[in-house]
Amino acid sequence: MWRWFHKLGSPKWFYAISGRWLPWFAVAALLLLTVGTVWALMFAPADYQQGNSYRIIYIHVPAAFLAQSGYVMMAIAGAIGLIWKMKLADVMAKCCAPIGASFTLLALVTGAVWGKPTWGAWWVWDARLTSMLVLLFLYLGVVALQSAFTDRNQAARASALLSLVGLVNIPIIKYSVEWWNTLHQPASLTLTQKPTMPAEMWVPLLIMVAGFYCFFTVVLFMRARVELLDRERRTGWVKDIISDKG
Amino acid sequence: MYFDSFSEFLAMGGHGLYVWIAYGLTAVIFIFNLITPIFKRKRLIVEQTRQLRREELHASNS
Repeated sequence: MWRWFHKLGSPKWFYAISGRWLPWFAVAALLLLTVGTVWALMFAPADYQQGNSYRIIYIHVPAAFLAQSGYVMMAIAGAIGLIWKMKLADVMAKCCAPIGASFTLLALVTGAVWGKPTWGAWWVWDARLTSMLVLLFLYLGVVALQSAFTDRNQAARASALLSLVGLVNIPIIKYSVEWWNTLHQPASLTLTQKPTMPAEMWVPLLIMVAGFYCFFTVVLFMRARVELLDRERRTGWVKDIISDKG
Repeated sequence: MYFDSFSEFLAMGGHGLYVWIAYGLTAVIFIFNLITPIFKRKRLIVEQTRQLRREELHASNS
């Protein structure tokens, strides 16, 4: 177990294994996203209340899922880095931040574009929307902290602390539609209940969610690999890779 | 296929503008996430190659 843990923390090992997995995730992401998008835009039936504007759900919901799980992942990686001083965990936490921030922004913007024809307003100060905006600021705070220190360990420690504190926001986002009277509709997909939508609507949504997660894995690996090369630039294995490419 | 014609598909029952803005922005975010690490990697390799060459030169001169 401990040997495995150490191996997992080894940058060289991760670089090799992620390089082998990357193409598979990329192919899966491409397939899922293509099938999902075509299905969502062309074959899924229109909503009886919202007409065709509801098709935004197929990117809005997966983006919001990623925004939140990316944050949880960043906080967990940050905690592992804090406790065990694992280099790879620090790298992961750092690389999650800009990706998560971009997907939080996407969830907010697609929500605004969806809100206009549905609610008649781009933005309302509703509990769900506001807590998502807070999530975006938390992400941006982590991105800023990561680049605020010249010492990498200090940057990692400060950002891990911020992301752990900000973790309280995650349940607030999740339950905001239940605790407060909000304009935002309740969850479309839950693990415990049967979907309230017909299958021809939720199956493509599930495909899109899977596609977004695969895409997240792809870009996270890509970022982490560059970050690792940068940090390990003085080591022999990185020099070998560089002189191969150069 | 849900729509009868291509123009109907583009119009999205009058909500075309919103739907296409949302999907367009998604494409932008995806491309941003893909391109950033590719450029970073390229820059790093160029920089490090130069650095390694400099070190080699230095080593052979001294």
